[in-house]
Amino acid sequence: MGQDRPDRNLLVKLSRIDRRILFVIIFVCVIVPLLMEARMEMSVTAPVLGLYEAVEGLEPGSYVWLAADYDPGSMPELYPMNVALVEHLFEKDIRVISGSLWAPGPPLAQRVFEDLAPKYGKAYGKDYVNLGFKEGREAVMISVAEDLRRAFPEDYYGAPLDSIPMLEGIRNLRDLEMIVAVSAGYPGIKEWIMQIATRYETVIGGGVTAVTGPEMYPYIQSGQLVGLLAGMKGAAEYEQLVRRPGLGISGMVAQSSVHVMVVVFIVFANIVYFLEKRRAE
Amino acid sequence: MRFRLIATLAVVTMVVVFAVTGRISTLVLGNWVAALLTLSIFSFLYKDNPVYKFAEHIFIGISAGYFVALEYWNVFVPNLWNPLMEGFRNVDLTVLFRLGGVPIGLPTFPGMELLIPFALGILLFTRFFPRAAWLSRWSIAAMIGSYAGLAIIGALQGDLIAQIRANMIPFYVSGSWAAVGSAQGGGDIFFAFLEALRNPLIVIGLLATLVYFFFSREHKGGLGAVSRLGIWFLMISFGASFGYTVMSRVSLLIGRLYFLLSDWLGIIQ
Repeated sequence: MGQDRPDRNLLVKLSRIDRRILFVIIFVCVIVPLLMEARMEMSVTAPVLGLYEAVEGLEPGSYVWLAADYDPGSMPELYPMNVALVEHLFEKDIRVISGSLWAPGPPLAQRVFEDLAPKYGKAYGKDYVNLGFKEGREAVMISVAEDLRRAFPEDYYGAPLDSIPMLEGIRNLRDLEMIVAVSAGYPGIKEWIMQIATRYETVIGGGVTAVTGPEMYPYIQSGQLVGLLAGMKGAAEYEQLVRRPGLGISGMVAQSSVHVMVVVFIVFANIVYFLEKRRAE
Repeated sequence: MRFRLIATLAVVTMVVVFAVTGRISTLVLGNWVAALLTLSIFSFLYKDNPVYKFAEHIFIGISAGYFVALEYWNVFVPNLWNPLMEGFRNVDLTVLFRLGGVPIGLPTFPGMELLIPFALGILLFTRFFPRAAWLSRWSIAAMIGSYAGLAIIGALQGDLIAQIRANMIPFYVSGSWAAVGSAQGGGDIFFAFLEALRNPLIVIGLLATLVYFFFSREHKGGLGAVSRLGIWFLMISFGASFGYTVMSRVSLLIGRLYFLLSDWLGIIQ
Protein backbone atom coordinates (compact mmCIF):
# COMPACT_ATOMS: atom_id res chain seq x y z
CA MET A 1 0.00 0.00 0.00
CA GLY A 2 2.82 2.37 0.99
CA GLN A 3 4.37 2.53 -2.51
CA ASP A 4 1.03 3.87 -3.95
CA ARG A 5 1.00 6.97 -1.79
CA PRO A 6 1.23 10.03 -4.07
CA ASP A 7 3.97 11.69 -2.03
CA ARG A 8 6.29 8.78 -2.88
CA ASN A 9 6.15 9.74 -6.52
CA LEU A 10 8.78 12.25 -7.56
CA LEU A 11 6.54 13.89 -10.17
CA VAL A 12 3.72 14.31 -7.70
CA LYS A 13 6.13 15.67 -5.11
CA LEU A 14 7.33 18.19 -7.64
CA SER A 15 3.75 19.09 -8.58
CA ARG A 16 3.18 20.11 -4.96
CA ILE A 17 6.31 22.16 -4.78
CA ASP A 18 6.31 25.22 -2.53
CA ARG A 19 5.25 28.18 -4.65
CA ARG A 20 8.13 30.22 -3.19
CA ILE A 21 10.58 27.95 -5.02
CA LEU A 22 8.80 28.84 -8.27
CA PHE A 23 9.16 32.53 -7.37
CA VAL A 24 12.90 32.02 -6.89
CA ILE A 25 13.18 30.26 -10.28
CA ILE A 26 11.32 33.13 -11.99
CA PHE A 27 13.48 35.63 -10.09
CA VAL A 28 16.66 33.91 -11.33
CA CYS A 29 15.29 33.77 -14.90
CA VAL A 30 14.90 37.56 -14.79
CA ILE A 31 17.97 38.62 -12.87
CA VAL A 32 20.61 36.53 -14.69
CA PRO A 33 19.92 37.94 -18.20
CA LEU A 34 19.76 41.45 -16.70
CA LEU A 35 23.14 41.00 -14.98
CA MET A 36 24.64 39.55 -18.16
CA GLU A 37 23.14 42.47 -20.10
CA ALA A 38 22.08 39.93 -22.72
CA ARG A 39 20.52 41.20 -25.96
CA MET A 40 18.56 39.40 -28.66
CA GLU A 41 17.57 40.19 -32.23
CA MET A 42 13.85 40.37 -32.87
CA SER A 43 11.73 40.36 -35.97
CA VAL A 44 9.54 43.44 -36.20
CA THR A 45 5.83 42.67 -36.32
CA ALA A 46 3.38 44.37 -38.69
CA PRO A 47 1.52 46.48 -36.06
CA VAL A 48 4.81 47.97 -34.80
CA LEU A 49 6.03 48.58 -38.33
CA GLY A 50 2.69 50.26 -39.09
CA LEU A 51 3.20 52.84 -36.35
CA TYR A 52 6.82 53.39 -37.31
CA GLU A 53 5.89 53.99 -40.95
CA ALA A 54 3.04 56.32 -39.97
CA VAL A 55 5.48 58.49 -37.96
CA GLU A 56 8.09 58.17 -40.68
CA GLY A 57 5.57 59.47 -43.21
CA LEU A 58 4.91 62.72 -41.29
CA GLU A 59 6.33 65.93 -42.69
CA PRO A 60 8.94 67.77 -40.56
CA GLY A 61 7.24 70.58 -38.67
CA SER A 62 3.89 68.82 -38.46
CA TYR A 63 2.11 68.44 -35.14
CA VAL A 64 1.38 65.28 -33.16
CA TRP A 65 -0.74 64.86 -30.02
CA LEU A 66 1.08 62.57 -27.59
CA ALA A 67 -1.40 61.25 -25.03
CA ALA A 68 0.57 60.19 -21.94
CA ASP A 69 -2.27 58.23 -20.37
CA TYR A 70 -0.32 56.05 -17.96
CA ASP A 71 1.12 55.96 -14.47
CA PRO A 72 4.22 54.66 -12.67
CA GLY A 73 2.54 51.27 -12.25
CA SER A 74 2.81 50.61 -15.98
CA MET A 75 6.18 52.32 -16.50
CA PRO A 76 8.23 49.20 -17.33
CA GLU A 77 6.07 48.64 -20.40
CA LEU A 78 4.99 52.11 -21.43
CA TYR A 79 7.87 54.38 -20.48
CA PRO A 80 10.28 52.73 -22.98
CA MET A 81 7.58 53.22 -25.66
CA ASN A 82 7.17 56.87 -24.70
CA VAL A 83 10.94 57.35 -24.93
CA ALA A 84 11.28 55.56 -28.29
CA LEU A 85 8.32 57.44 -29.78
CA VAL A 86 9.56 60.86 -28.65
CA GLU A 87 13.04 59.99 -29.97
CA HIS A 88 11.52 59.20 -33.34
CA LEU A 89 9.31 62.32 -33.35
CA PHE A 90 12.20 64.60 -32.35
CA GLU A 91 14.48 63.00 -34.90
CA LYS A 92 11.87 63.73 -37.59
CA ASP A 93 11.53 67.36 -36.38
CA ILE A 94 7.89 66.86 -35.53
CA ARG A 95 6.31 69.13 -32.96
CA VAL A 96 4.86 67.29 -30.00
CA ILE A 97 1.89 68.41 -27.90
CA SER A 98 1.50 66.18 -24.87
CA GLY A 99 -1.64 65.99 -22.76
CA SER A 100 -2.76 63.46 -20.22
CA LEU A 101 -6.05 62.08 -18.97
CA TRP A 102 -4.20 60.21 -16.22
CA ALA A 103 -3.10 62.35 -13.29
CA PRO A 104 0.40 60.81 -12.94
CA GLY A 105 1.05 61.05 -16.71
CA PRO A 106 2.39 64.61 -17.13
CA PRO A 107 5.52 64.27 -14.93
CA LEU A 108 6.44 61.07 -16.78
CA ALA A 109 6.00 62.73 -20.17
CA GLN A 110 7.98 65.74 -18.95
CA ARG A 111 10.81 63.49 -17.80
CA VAL A 112 11.03 61.98 -21.29
CA PHE A 113 11.07 65.45 -22.88
CA GLU A 114 13.72 66.77 -20.49
CA ASP A 115 15.92 63.71 -21.04
CA LEU A 116 15.74 63.89 -24.85
CA ALA A 117 15.33 67.60 -25.67
CA PRO A 118 19.03 68.55 -25.16
CA LYS A 119 20.16 65.66 -27.36
CA TYR A 120 18.05 66.91 -30.29
CA GLY A 121 18.34 70.63 -29.49
CA LYS A 122 14.60 70.97 -28.83
CA ALA A 123 13.09 73.79 -26.79
CA TYR A 124 9.99 73.82 -24.63
CA GLY A 125 7.20 75.87 -26.19
CA LYS A 126 8.89 75.87 -29.57
CA ASP A 127 9.25 72.18 -30.41
CA TYR A 128 7.27 70.49 -27.68
CA VAL A 129 4.80 71.37 -24.97
CA ASN A 130 3.28 69.55 -22.02
CA LEU A 131 -0.33 70.55 -21.34
CA GLY A 132 -0.56 68.49 -18.16
CA PHE A 133 -3.50 66.56 -16.78
CA LYS A 134 -7.17 67.25 -17.27
CA GLU A 135 -10.03 65.42 -15.58
CA GLY A 136 -13.06 64.63 -17.73
CA ARG A 137 -12.12 61.54 -19.75
CA GLU A 138 -14.13 61.32 -23.00
CA ALA A 139 -15.43 64.87 -22.54
CA VAL A 140 -11.84 66.16 -22.62
CA MET A 141 -11.11 64.16 -25.78
CA ILE A 142 -14.03 65.77 -27.55
CA SER A 143 -13.01 69.19 -26.23
CA VAL A 144 -9.51 68.70 -27.63
CA ALA A 145 -11.05 67.77 -30.97
CA GLU A 146 -13.31 70.83 -30.96
CA ASP A 147 -11.36 73.51 -29.10
CA LEU A 148 -7.94 72.80 -27.60
CA ARG A 149 -7.97 75.95 -25.44
CA ARG A 150 -11.27 75.04 -23.85
CA ALA A 151 -9.91 71.63 -22.84
CA PHE A 152 -6.47 72.87 -21.75
CA PRO A 153 -6.51 76.65 -21.10
CA GLU A 154 -3.04 76.42 -19.53
CA ASP A 155 0.02 74.22 -19.92
CA TYR A 156 1.64 72.02 -17.25
CA TYR A 157 3.34 75.07 -15.70
CA GLY A 158 0.26 77.30 -15.72
CA ALA A 159 1.19 79.35 -18.79
CA PRO A 160 -1.78 80.33 -20.99
CA LEU A 161 -1.77 78.47 -24.31
CA ASP A 162 -1.80 81.74 -26.26
CA SER A 163 1.61 82.58 -24.78
CA ILE A 164 3.19 79.41 -26.21
CA PRO A 165 4.74 80.13 -29.63
CA MET A 166 4.34 76.66 -31.16
CA LEU A 167 0.59 76.67 -30.45
CA GLU A 168 -0.07 79.78 -32.49
CA GLY A 169 -2.67 78.82 -35.08
CA ILE A 170 -3.37 75.46 -33.47
CA ARG A 171 -7.06 75.44 -32.61
CA ASN A 172 -8.09 71.80 -32.40
CA LEU A 173 -7.30 68.27 -33.53
CA ARG A 174 -7.88 69.14 -37.18
CA ASP A 175 -4.64 71.13 -37.05
CA LEU A 176 -2.72 68.06 -35.92
CA GLU A 177 -1.51 65.23 -38.14
CA MET A 178 -1.79 62.35 -35.75
CA ILE A 179 -2.60 61.15 -32.23
CA VAL A 180 -0.06 58.88 -30.57
CA ALA A 181 -1.58 57.45 -27.41
CA VAL A 182 0.53 55.67 -24.82
CA SER A 183 -2.09 54.24 -22.54
CA ALA A 184 -2.37 51.91 -19.59
CA GLY A 185 -6.16 51.49 -19.51
CA TYR A 186 -9.26 53.65 -19.19
CA PRO A 187 -9.35 56.36 -20.42
CA GLY A 188 -6.86 55.54 -23.12
CA ILE A 189 -6.31 54.54 -26.70
CA LYS A 190 -9.63 52.68 -26.99
CA GLU A 191 -11.54 55.82 -26.02
CA TRP A 192 -9.44 57.92 -28.41
CA ILE A 193 -10.45 55.48 -31.16
CA MET A 194 -14.13 55.38 -30.20
CA GLN A 195 -14.58 59.10 -29.62
CA ILE A 196 -12.17 60.62 -32.09
CA ALA A 197 -10.84 58.28 -34.83
CA THR A 198 -14.08 57.78 -36.75
CA ARG A 199 -15.91 60.99 -35.88
CA TYR A 200 -13.01 63.31 -36.70
CA GLU A 201 -11.23 61.04 -39.21
CA THR A 202 -7.99 61.26 -37.25
CA VAL A 203 -4.95 59.04 -37.65
CA ILE A 204 -4.33 57.21 -34.37
CA GLY A 205 -1.53 54.90 -33.30
CA GLY A 206 0.12 54.13 -30.02
CA GLY A 207 1.22 51.74 -27.36
CA VAL A 208 -0.57 49.80 -24.66
CA THR A 209 0.28 47.36 -21.88
CA ALA A 210 0.44 43.73 -22.95
CA VAL A 211 -2.73 42.99 -20.96
CA THR A 212 -4.78 45.28 -23.19
CA GLY A 213 -2.92 44.34 -26.39
CA PRO A 214 -5.29 41.58 -27.63
CA GLU A 215 -8.27 43.90 -27.15
CA MET A 216 -6.69 46.44 -29.51
CA TYR A 217 -5.79 44.23 -32.48
CA PRO A 218 -9.30 44.35 -34.02
CA TYR A 219 -8.87 48.11 -34.40
CA ILE A 220 -5.80 47.53 -36.56
CA GLN A 221 -7.76 45.18 -38.79
CA SER A 222 -10.56 47.77 -39.06
CA GLY A 223 -8.04 50.47 -40.00
CA GLN A 224 -8.90 52.63 -36.98
CA LEU A 225 -5.37 52.17 -35.65
CA VAL A 226 -2.38 52.65 -37.92
CA GLY A 227 -0.08 50.72 -35.62
CA LEU A 228 0.27 49.36 -32.13
CA LEU A 229 3.03 48.58 -29.65
CA ALA A 230 1.82 45.94 -27.20
CA GLY A 231 3.80 45.56 -23.99
CA MET A 232 7.54 45.42 -23.54
CA LYS A 233 7.92 43.39 -26.76
CA GLY A 234 6.30 46.21 -28.75
CA ALA A 235 8.58 48.75 -27.05
CA ALA A 236 11.64 46.60 -27.82
CA GLU A 237 10.68 46.29 -31.50
CA TYR A 238 10.22 50.05 -31.79
CA GLU A 239 13.55 50.66 -30.04
CA GLN A 240 15.14 48.35 -32.58
CA LEU A 241 13.51 50.26 -35.47
CA VAL A 242 14.70 53.64 -34.23
CA ARG A 243 18.07 52.10 -33.24
CA ARG A 244 17.90 53.35 -29.64
CA PRO A 245 18.24 50.38 -27.25
CA GLY A 246 16.46 50.96 -23.95
CA LEU A 247 14.67 49.01 -21.24
CA GLY A 248 12.54 47.26 -23.88
CA ILE A 249 15.47 45.57 -25.59
CA SER A 250 17.33 45.06 -22.27
CA GLY A 251 14.37 43.19 -20.83
CA MET A 252 13.56 40.90 -23.74
CA VAL A 253 16.00 38.10 -22.90
CA ALA A 254 14.69 38.05 -19.33
CA GLN A 255 11.15 38.14 -20.68
CA SER A 256 11.83 35.21 -23.03
CA SER A 257 13.54 33.19 -20.27
CA VAL A 258 10.50 33.53 -18.04
CA HIS A 259 8.17 32.62 -20.91
CA VAL A 260 10.15 29.43 -21.56
CA MET A 261 10.01 28.62 -17.86
CA VAL A 262 6.24 29.22 -17.71
CA VAL A 263 5.78 26.89 -20.70
CA VAL A 264 7.89 24.25 -18.90
CA PHE A 265 5.75 24.67 -15.76
CA ILE A 266 2.53 24.30 -17.76
CA VAL A 267 3.73 21.22 -19.68
CA PHE A 268 5.03 19.63 -16.48
CA ALA A 269 1.78 20.33 -14.60
CA ASN A 270 -0.22 18.76 -17.43
CA ILE A 271 1.96 15.64 -17.49
CA VAL A 272 1.49 15.21 -13.73
CA TYR A 273 -2.25 15.84 -14.07
CA PHE A 274 -2.67 13.11 -16.69
CA LEU A 275 -0.42 10.68 -14.78
CA GLU A 276 -2.48 11.18 -11.61
CA LYS A 277 -5.69 10.81 -13.58
CA ARG A 278 -4.50 7.54 -15.10
CA ARG A 279 -3.47 6.25 -11.68
CA ALA A 280 -6.87 7.16 -10.23
CA GLU A 281 -8.58 5.19 -13.00
CA MET B 1 6.95 49.30 20.93
CA ARG B 2 7.72 52.83 22.10
CA PHE B 3 11.44 52.25 21.51
CA ARG B 4 10.79 51.10 17.91
CA LEU B 5 8.66 54.18 17.27
CA ILE B 6 11.29 56.52 18.68
CA ALA B 7 14.06 54.76 16.74
CA THR B 8 12.07 54.97 13.48
CA LEU B 9 11.32 58.67 14.05
CA ALA B 10 14.99 59.31 14.81
CA VAL B 11 16.14 57.61 11.60
CA VAL B 12 13.52 59.43 9.51
CA THR B 13 14.44 62.78 11.10
CA MET B 14 18.15 62.15 10.49
CA VAL B 15 17.53 61.28 6.84
CA VAL B 16 15.31 64.35 6.33
CA VAL B 17 17.93 66.61 7.97
CA PHE B 18 20.66 65.13 5.77
CA ALA B 19 18.49 65.62 2.69
CA VAL B 20 17.58 69.20 3.59
CA THR B 21 21.18 70.15 4.40
CA GLY B 22 22.34 68.63 1.13
CA ARG B 23 24.45 65.83 2.65
CA ILE B 24 22.36 63.33 0.70
CA SER B 25 21.09 64.22 -2.75
CA THR B 26 17.33 63.92 -3.19
CA LEU B 27 17.96 61.50 -6.07
CA VAL B 28 19.94 59.12 -3.86
CA LEU B 29 17.39 59.45 -1.07
CA GLY B 30 14.54 58.83 -3.50
CA ASN B 31 16.25 55.74 -4.90
CA TRP B 32 16.83 54.35 -1.41
CA VAL B 33 13.23 54.94 -0.36
CA ALA B 34 11.93 53.39 -3.60
CA ALA B 35 14.29 50.40 -3.29
CA LEU B 36 13.39 49.69 0.33
CA LEU B 37 9.68 49.96 -0.42
CA THR B 38 10.10 47.64 -3.43
CA LEU B 39 11.88 45.05 -1.27
CA SER B 40 9.17 45.46 1.39
CA ILE B 41 6.49 44.67 -1.19
CA PHE B 42 8.51 41.72 -2.54
CA SER B 43 8.68 40.32 1.01
CA PHE B 44 5.01 39.33 0.59
CA LEU B 45 6.17 36.61 -1.81
CA TYR B 46 7.64 34.82 1.18
CA LYS B 47 4.66 35.46 3.43
CA ASP B 48 2.48 38.24 4.76
CA ASN B 49 4.42 40.38 7.24
CA PRO B 50 4.38 43.80 8.96
CA VAL B 51 7.02 45.26 6.62
CA TYR B 52 4.79 44.50 3.63
CA LYS B 53 1.77 45.95 5.43
CA PHE B 54 3.74 49.10 6.24
CA ALA B 55 4.71 49.60 2.56
CA GLU B 56 1.16 48.85 1.43
CA HIS B 57 -0.31 51.42 3.82
CA ILE B 58 2.23 54.03 2.75
CA PHE B 59 1.29 53.39 -0.90
CA ILE B 60 -2.43 53.71 -0.26
CA GLY B 61 -2.04 56.79 1.93
CA ILE B 62 0.26 58.63 -0.45
CA SER B 63 -1.87 57.72 -3.49
CA ALA B 64 -5.04 58.96 -1.82
CA GLY B 65 -3.38 62.19 -0.64
CA TYR B 66 -1.74 62.78 -4.01
CA PHE B 67 -4.98 62.34 -5.95
CA VAL B 68 -7.00 64.53 -3.58
CA ALA B 69 -4.43 67.33 -3.85
CA LEU B 70 -4.14 66.90 -7.61
CA GLU B 71 -7.88 66.91 -8.21
CA TYR B 72 -8.25 69.96 -5.97
CA TRP B 73 -5.57 72.01 -7.75
CA ASN B 74 -6.13 70.69 -11.28
CA VAL B 75 -9.91 70.41 -11.38
CA PHE B 76 -11.71 72.21 -8.59
CA VAL B 77 -9.63 75.40 -8.43
CA PRO B 78 -9.12 76.18 -12.16
CA ASN B 79 -12.46 74.87 -13.44
CA LEU B 80 -14.82 76.03 -10.71
CA TRP B 81 -13.38 78.10 -7.88
CA ASN B 82 -11.32 80.61 -9.88
CA PRO B 83 -14.02 81.33 -12.50
CA LEU B 84 -16.64 81.74 -9.76
CA MET B 85 -14.43 84.10 -7.74
CA GLU B 86 -13.69 86.07 -10.88
CA GLY B 87 -17.42 86.23 -11.58
CA PHE B 88 -18.28 87.39 -8.05
CA ARG B 89 -15.96 90.36 -8.56
CA ASN B 90 -18.05 91.46 -11.53
CA VAL B 91 -21.56 91.01 -10.18
CA ASP B 92 -24.17 93.02 -12.01
CA LEU B 93 -27.82 93.53 -11.12
CA THR B 94 -30.38 92.66 -13.78
CA VAL B 95 -33.27 94.91 -12.76
CA LEU B 96 -36.64 93.21 -13.04
CA PHE B 97 -38.75 96.00 -11.58
CA ARG B 98 -38.59 98.93 -9.21
CA LEU B 99 -40.35 99.13 -5.89
CA GLY B 100 -40.75 102.68 -4.77
CA GLY B 101 -37.69 103.66 -6.76
CA VAL B 102 -35.62 100.83 -5.32
CA PRO B 103 -34.37 98.46 -8.08
CA ILE B 104 -35.36 94.82 -7.50
CA GLY B 105 -33.68 92.21 -9.62
CA LEU B 106 -31.33 89.28 -9.96
CA PRO B 107 -27.60 89.53 -9.41
CA THR B 108 -25.82 88.15 -12.51
CA PHE B 109 -22.18 87.60 -13.32
CA PRO B 110 -20.09 85.92 -16.01
CA GLY B 111 -19.84 82.17 -15.51
CA MET B 112 -22.98 82.12 -13.40
CA GLU B 113 -23.94 78.72 -14.86
CA LEU B 114 -21.05 77.22 -12.87
CA LEU B 115 -23.27 77.50 -9.78
CA ILE B 116 -25.14 74.43 -11.08
CA PRO B 117 -22.14 72.04 -10.99
CA PHE B 118 -21.10 73.71 -7.71
CA ALA B 119 -24.49 72.89 -6.20
CA LEU B 120 -24.42 69.36 -7.61
CA GLY B 121 -20.94 68.90 -6.13
CA ILE B 122 -22.17 70.03 -2.70
CA LEU B 123 -25.10 67.63 -2.95
CA LEU B 124 -22.67 64.70 -3.27
CA PHE B 125 -21.55 65.32 0.31
CA THR B 126 -25.08 64.72 1.60
CA ARG B 127 -24.18 61.02 1.53
CA PHE B 128 -22.58 61.61 4.94
CA PHE B 129 -26.03 62.43 6.37
CA PRO B 130 -28.43 59.47 6.04
CA ARG B 131 -31.60 61.58 6.14
CA ALA B 132 -30.43 63.80 3.27
CA ALA B 133 -28.44 61.18 1.38
CA TRP B 134 -31.09 60.89 -1.34
CA LEU B 135 -30.12 64.36 -2.58
CA SER B 136 -26.77 62.99 -3.79
CA ARG B 137 -28.65 60.89 -6.35
CA TRP B 138 -29.30 64.06 -8.36
CA SER B 139 -25.57 64.60 -8.79
CA ILE B 140 -24.92 60.95 -9.56
CA ALA B 141 -27.78 60.95 -12.09
CA ALA B 142 -26.28 63.98 -13.84
CA MET B 143 -22.86 62.31 -14.01
CA ILE B 144 -24.17 58.96 -15.22
CA GLY B 145 -26.49 60.59 -17.75
CA SER B 146 -23.84 62.78 -19.34
CA TYR B 147 -21.19 60.03 -19.40
CA ALA B 148 -23.64 57.47 -20.80
CA GLY B 149 -24.58 59.90 -23.56
CA LEU B 150 -20.95 60.47 -24.47
CA ALA B 151 -19.99 56.81 -24.27
CA ILE B 152 -22.95 55.50 -26.26
CA ILE B 153 -22.26 57.76 -29.24
CA GLY B 154 -18.60 56.75 -29.24
CA ALA B 155 -19.33 53.06 -28.75
CA LEU B 156 -21.82 52.99 -31.62
CA GLN B 157 -20.02 55.22 -34.07
CA GLY B 158 -16.43 54.35 -33.29
CA ASP B 159 -16.71 50.74 -32.21
CA LEU B 160 -19.82 48.77 -33.12
CA ILE B 161 -20.48 50.11 -36.61
CA ALA B 162 -16.79 50.36 -37.48
CA GLN B 163 -16.16 46.78 -36.34
CA ILE B 164 -19.19 45.40 -38.19
CA ARG B 165 -18.02 47.15 -41.33
CA ALA B 166 -14.46 45.85 -40.83
CA ASN B 167 -15.74 42.29 -40.63
CA MET B 168 -17.70 42.46 -43.89
CA ILE B 169 -14.83 40.95 -45.80
CA PRO B 170 -14.72 38.40 -48.64
CA PHE B 171 -14.37 34.84 -47.47
CA TYR B 172 -12.03 34.06 -50.32
CA VAL B 173 -9.47 36.56 -51.63
CA SER B 174 -8.68 35.82 -55.24
CA GLY B 175 -5.03 35.09 -55.77
CA SER B 176 -4.29 34.41 -52.11
CA TRP B 177 -3.84 30.64 -52.61
CA ALA B 178 -1.96 31.22 -55.88
CA ALA B 179 0.46 33.35 -53.82
CA VAL B 180 1.12 30.31 -51.59
CA GLY B 181 2.00 28.25 -54.68
CA SER B 182 4.29 30.89 -56.11
CA ALA B 183 6.09 31.69 -52.80
CA GLN B 184 9.78 30.79 -52.63
CA GLY B 185 11.32 29.27 -49.52
CA GLY B 186 9.76 27.79 -46.38
CA GLY B 187 9.28 31.08 -44.55
CA ASP B 188 7.58 32.82 -47.45
CA ILE B 189 5.29 29.85 -48.08
CA PHE B 190 4.33 29.77 -44.41
CA PHE B 191 3.48 33.49 -44.28
CA ALA B 192 1.61 33.33 -47.62
CA PHE B 193 -0.36 30.39 -46.23
CA LEU B 194 -1.24 32.34 -43.07
CA GLU B 195 -2.26 35.33 -45.19
CA ALA B 196 -4.52 33.12 -47.31
CA LEU B 197 -6.13 31.76 -44.13
CA ARG B 198 -6.73 35.20 -42.63
CA ASN B 199 -10.11 36.07 -44.09
CA PRO B 200 -11.64 32.57 -43.79
CA LEU B 201 -10.49 32.38 -40.15
CA ILE B 202 -11.96 35.80 -39.32
CA VAL B 203 -15.30 34.98 -40.96
CA ILE B 204 -15.61 31.46 -39.51
CA GLY B 205 -14.40 32.58 -36.07
CA LEU B 206 -16.81 35.51 -35.97
CA LEU B 207 -19.84 33.46 -37.03
CA ALA B 208 -19.03 30.50 -34.76
CA THR B 209 -18.51 32.78 -31.74
CA LEU B 210 -21.76 34.63 -32.44
CA VAL B 211 -23.58 31.28 -32.65
CA TYR B 212 -22.12 30.31 -29.25
CA PHE B 213 -23.78 33.41 -27.76
CA PHE B 214 -27.10 32.68 -29.49
CA PHE B 215 -29.25 31.28 -26.70
CA SER B 216 -32.70 31.27 -28.32
CA ARG B 217 -32.31 27.65 -29.44
CA GLU B 218 -30.75 24.68 -27.72
CA HIS B 219 -27.21 24.01 -28.94
CA LYS B 220 -27.81 20.61 -30.53
CA GLY B 221 -26.99 19.11 -33.90
CA GLY B 222 -25.46 21.52 -36.43
CA LEU B 223 -25.99 24.49 -34.13
CA GLY B 224 -24.20 22.61 -31.34
CA ALA B 225 -21.25 21.76 -33.58
CA VAL B 226 -20.83 25.38 -34.70
CA SER B 227 -21.25 26.51 -31.09
CA ARG B 228 -18.45 24.13 -30.01
CA LEU B 229 -16.26 25.57 -32.74
CA GLY B 230 -17.08 29.01 -31.27
CA ILE B 231 -15.87 27.80 -27.88
CA TRP B 232 -12.56 26.76 -29.49
CA PHE B 233 -12.11 30.22 -30.96
CA LEU B 234 -12.93 31.78 -27.59
CA MET B 235 -10.48 29.48 -25.80
CA ILE B 236 -7.70 30.36 -28.24
CA SER B 237 -8.38 34.08 -27.70
CA PHE B 238 -8.38 33.57 -23.91
CA GLY B 239 -5.05 31.75 -24.25
CA ALA B 240 -3.61 34.66 -26.22
CA SER B 241 -4.89 37.09 -23.59
CA PHE B 242 -3.36 34.98 -20.82
CA GLY B 243 -0.02 34.93 -22.64
CA TYR B 244 -0.09 38.69 -22.92
CA THR B 245 -1.04 38.99 -19.24
CA VAL B 246 1.99 36.87 -18.28
CA MET B 247 4.16 39.13 -20.45
CA SER B 248 2.73 42.20 -18.74
CA ARG B 249 3.32 40.90 -15.22
CA VAL B 250 6.84 39.74 -16.03
CA SER B 251 7.55 43.19 -17.50
CA LEU B 252 6.65 44.74 -14.13
CA LEU B 253 9.10 42.40 -12.38
CA ILE B 254 11.79 43.21 -14.95
CA GLY B 255 11.17 46.91 -14.44
CA ARG B 256 11.56 46.68 -10.68
CA LEU B 257 14.64 44.46 -10.80
CA TYR B 258 16.17 46.69 -13.46
CA PHE B 259 15.62 49.66 -11.15
CA LEU B 260 17.22 47.84 -8.21
CA LEU B 261 20.23 46.74 -10.24
CA SER B 262 20.82 49.98 -12.11
CA ASP B 263 19.47 53.04 -10.28
CA TRP B 264 19.90 51.71 -6.76
CA LEU B 265 22.91 49.37 -6.79
CA GLY B 266 24.55 50.64 -9.99
CA ILE B 267 25.55 47.10 -11.02
CA ILE B 268 24.25 47.47 -14.58
CA GLN B 269 24.10 50.50 -16.83
